[in-house]
Amino acid sequence: MKQIDAAAHVRGESVFVDDVPDVRGTLHVAVLDSVEAHARIVRLDTSRAAAAPGVVAVLTAADVPGENQVGGILPDEPLLAEDEVDFCGQPVALVVAETAEAAHAARALVEVEYEPLEVVTEPREAARRGLLIQPPRHLEAGDVDAAWRACAHVVEGRCRSGGQEHLYLETQCAYALPEEDGRLRVLSSTQGPTAVQRGLARVLGIDMHRIEVDVRRLGGGFGGKEDQATTWAALAALACVRTGRPARLTLDRHDDLRMTGRRHPYEVDFRIGLDAELKVLAFEATYYQDAGAAADLSPAVLERTMLHVTGAYRVPNVRVTLYSCRTNLPPNTAFRGFGGPQGLFAMEAALAEAARHVGVETLELQRRNLLREGDAFPFGQLAEGCNARPSLEALDAWCDLARMREEVRAFNAAHRFHKRGMAVMPICFGISFTKRTLNQAGALVHVYSDGSVAVSTGAVEMGQGVTTKLQQIAARGLGVAPARVRVESANTLRVANTSPTAASSAADLNGMALARACAELRGRLLACAAQQLGAAPGEVDLVDDRVVRNGEGAGLDWPQLVARAYLQRVDLSARAHYATPGLDYDTETQRGRPFAYHVYGAAVLVVKLDCLRGTYVVEQVLAMHDFGESLNPHIDLGQAEGGIVQGLGWMTMEEVVYDPAGRLRSNSLSTYKVPDIHSMPARLEVRFLEGASSDRAIYRSKAIGEPPLLYGIGAYFALRDAVLAFDPEARFPIDAPMTPEKALLALHDRGARA
Amino acid sequence: MSERVHFLLNDRAVSSDAPAGTPLLTVVRDEFHLVGTKPGCREGDCGACTVLIGELGPRGLRYRSVVSCLTPLASVQGRHVVTVEGLNESGLSPVQRAMVEHGGQQCGFCTPGFVVSLTGFALCGARGGTAAAVEALDGNLCRCTGYAGIVRAAEEVATRVGPCPADEDPLAWAVRRGIVPARFAGVAERLAALPSPTPAAVAPTTRPIAGGTDLLVGERWHREAVRPLPAGGDGRPSVAREGDELVLAAHCTGTDLWHAPELRAVLPRLPEYLKLVASTQIRNMGSVAGNLVNASPIGDYTILLLALGARVCLVDGANAARELPLDAFYRGYKQLDLAPDERITAVRFPAPPTTSRFHFEKVSKRTHLDIASVNTAALVDVADGRITSARVSAGGVAPVPLLLRDTSAWLSGRPFTEATFAAAGDVVQAEVTPIADVRGSVRYKRLLLRNLLLAHFFELSAARGGHA
Repeated sequence: MKQIDAAAHVRGESVFVDDVPDVRGTLHVAVLDSVEAHARIVRLDTSRAAAAPGVVAVLTAADVPGENQVGGILPDEPLLAEDEVDFCGQPVALVVAETAEAAHAARALVEVEYEPLEVVTEPREAARRGLLIQPPRHLEAGDVDAAWRACAHVVEGRCRSGGQEHLYLETQCAYALPEEDGRLRVLSSTQGPTAVQRGLARVLGIDMHRIEVDVRRLGGGFGGKEDQATTWAALAALACVRTGRPARLTLDRHDDLRMTGRRHPYEVDFRIGLDAELKVLAFEATYYQDAGAAADLSPAVLERTMLHVTGAYRVPNVRVTLYSCRTNLPPNTAFRGFGGPQGLFAMEAALAEAARHVGVETLELQRRNLLREGDAFPFGQLAEGCNARPSLEALDAWCDLARMREEVRAFNAAHRFHKRGMAVMPICFGISFTKRTLNQAGALVHVYSDGSVAVSTGAVEMGQGVTTKLQQIAARGLGVAPARVRVESANTLRVANTSPTAASSAADLNGMALARACAELRGRLLACAAQQLGAAPGEVDLVDDRVVRNGEGAGLDWPQLVARAYLQRVDLSARAHYATPGLDYDTETQRGRPFAYHVYGAAVLVVKLDCLRGTYVVEQVLAMHDFGESLNPHIDLGQAEGGIVQGLGWMTMEEVVYDPAGRLRSNSLSTYKVPDIHSMPARLEVRFLEGASSDRAIYRSKAIGEPPLLYGIGAYFALRDAVLAFDPEARFPIDAPMTPEKALLALHDRGARA
Repeated sequence: MSERVHFLLNDRAVSSDAPAGTPLLTVVRDEFHLVGTKPGCREGDCGACTVLIGELGPRGLRYRSVVSCLTPLASVQGRHVVTVEGLNESGLSPVQRAMVEHGGQQCGFCTPGFVVSLTGFALCGARGGTAAAVEALDGNLCRCTGYAGIVRAAEEVATRVGPCPADEDPLAWAVRRGIVPARFAGVAERLAALPSPTPAAVAPTTRPIAGGTDLLVGERWHREAVRPLPAGGDGRPSVAREGDELVLAAHCTGTDLWHAPELRAVLPRLPEYLKLVASTQIRNMGSVAGNLVNASPIGDYTILLLALGARVCLVDGANAARELPLDAFYRGYKQLDLAPDERITAVRFPAPPTTSRFHFEKVSKRTHLDIASVNTAALVDVADGRITSARVSAGGVAPVPLLLRDTSAWLSGRPFTEATFAAAGDVVQAEVTPIADVRGSVRYKRLLLRNLLLAHFFELSAARGGHA
């Protein structure tokens, strides 16, 4: 089944927040941000801006009626700067005007005088100075110190993975509309309607029930609108409340790039030990996460890194320490994978270094150390339905990895300046929010008297197809045709206390709640049908829009049944709640079960490196992925393909660059490059692994949003393989992304080598 | 004050009195409320705002895709502007259907741009197979799909919807196949009936522009009263051969370069180079002259033309003309030998003799639609294994687009060998002064230039003299 919005999308008829027509009196908001990465505000004068044509108000922190605070996990992020700024791009003032043009023109008239303070942009430097978001996290399993003695090989190293800009095509935006009695209706491009509602209540100093947040769809999110949409909705709401008029805020691309955070860069020092059979015995590492200037979601991201340090491998002795470092950069935030990819990257770096040291292929180490059923993760959870080895075996059966390696060798022997590189990337990703509370969802289903159905949940559609899956779940749950079901916007008035659409879990959590609500309604309607037909309750069922009795049509279709149930005063609405069972992770002991299940898979990647120019193409990505029993293969395949290419971008061309003063240099689409249509691998194939699934996945269809991004990590190691094919002695830092610059320096620049 | 601009917007004859330089995207969304055209970046790098521009030319009505964010309003006078809404009929068009069937869209925000670009490809006859269809999408970014579904849709359009039969007019074919609504058949007549622009008293200081793709970057409200060159420029062909010279008119675009047989005859690999320059939409808009005047140290057309020995032809407000070598045009970073009332009328360069070898190299972070870290072009004559003359240019290694005079002189007379070009990599270092920026470190740019000289050798030796 295709995405239900697809036809509207291709006709340009799908409505995004900035497409909603202005209601009468709408004002427009422009945000003035800090030009200093760390400074005291000595003077802030808004008078000239306030006097500019068309300007209705210029607002600063002093105008915030409630708490001037948007920090979610820690209260360390003011909505508008007060006496100090902590990063370039931090909102300082708002200009509210009759037109967007007037607002933007007047923004330049706000006068701010800064007294610069010392700027820290390097996470290790921040850690050295004790500039941490929270105390360091530690996780330990087995006895690492004892394990080193049993190791035949011990390898130390260091690696870095860079940031990544979300580059959702629709920039951050919100539209706040005043309603009577101090109520506010807010259209927000957010992954977290409840987060926005809660954030606005705090900033405006009013109760949550006065704030309605409605989300129809997002033009991409990828984590960038999980926590960081709140600021823009709050600023629009502030303008609305202060002027009493509707207020619209849409960041332009340059503002969005400058003012919002990205994926966290990580630097990792590691030490890995293998026994004579090349089994990994011990892994010890220190992680420096660049959190930026405020906590945002960094502690949660760090926790997910900690729970993914061993990737898809069994490692009996583990000791890791993780620092969340406070720098003077925009606060980094959720991004597809949420710290997991950074954890897997470091593990692959350690394996690659170990393999080079020992003189074997990395694949050999990967094979020998993949998780098996019942193996323990370092936090104690056991691998259940473990598809790590089956994925690699199925990939090998499909692709013949040994033959591929031979072909790469033969090509390299025949070419002087072109070298192919190859890497296998096994993945393992835990499904559930690591914060247990968030693993809950609600659903509301109305069956109208004509038989049409309206469904509401907290799931936000951002292209991942959750709306379509919810429609399928409701149709399946009720026994009706999908066309009878309309999935409504995520709206805080209809479903309250929602978790953000994140952690790959929107379909699982909201789908489970929806399936429960539908089961409830189905039960009520079947009771009504049984009574009507004089049948025993177990004899009747709803299939394809009609009632069947003992498998035969009973002469009662869905609209007739619904009409009858209404006449008999049967409740035709149901709401249900779902909380993932069995999650018991203890953050004190770092032991327990944080995840409902894991998603596995394995991919092989082949690149071709032009060793004269440093340029390359990713030629092949072949992935054997653990979808479970996919509810919608069309949508899930699209998620896998899109995730892979986004992962390739992270590892190849997407380079976030700041100058030493903390100013973003990759501040436009001409300087920050994401994959274009020519960057897509010539051969990109994803196959569905036949293997175990989990009952905690909705209809045993596993979560799909984030895991495929991890395959992209293989691109870095395939490129590294190609560099080493050109020069087996090459020494260069493991530093993703492998831009053409880094590739060329690795290939040729002796001076740049460590 | 403003000149009123008349154009056909989908199926409506409309006019706007917004300032001439206002981006078409702003006019379409804010004035005409056609919100299917999306603002993604306002710098021509994402294609979400792609629209089609139809204009009457010698071959009848022809359409090309442009990014509306960089299209000055005045440049659509008398033309047909087609947004995604203008493609909609009750059912889906074959292009729309292909995108739906193959999962070419997820969040839907970039989707209208892809649909319009792919429709633009189909309106040109959907010729050239899947590769050509994909190339038509080189100016559109999608962050959701990884392009896999889009490529499948492009393949469908290129191979099962198209191509248009060789003997059929592409527009008539597209109408017949339902790729565009039937009303497109009457557009030529409606365009001819549009009012002429209100004759405006254009101030002599009004900036003439040819394209505007750099001028409007990041500007949602460009309120300058610019004066776009009229369609077809001053009536001269965009590319012409005059004796031993090739002449590019001021309005000549990258797309004009691509399709000019006069250029193909002397620079057979030119389309391959042009693929590395901007995107389909930008090549449809930006002019060569604009690239020269923009004076970027890394301008691709500039680097190509420096090696070709081009001269710029200028005319001032009093119609006095002069000519100067392109390398003398650049005096310093963004400093030109150009008076305020002067403008480029043409660019001329000697047609390379068939014994010459020419090559262009460009390396950027992303291969397509990116700005070079270093680019370089070389025109070399070889006789009896020796270089008889060399003219090598390089961008990104100095404050100006650089003609590498010393290196070119050094190469002349030496053996045409790998060793010579490897040694030239040392010679060139004294001639360049790259700076560290977002496109690379100094060390990288120097190393890259060195290697690209070697790359020239390999490519030039493969060319084996002569273009045939």
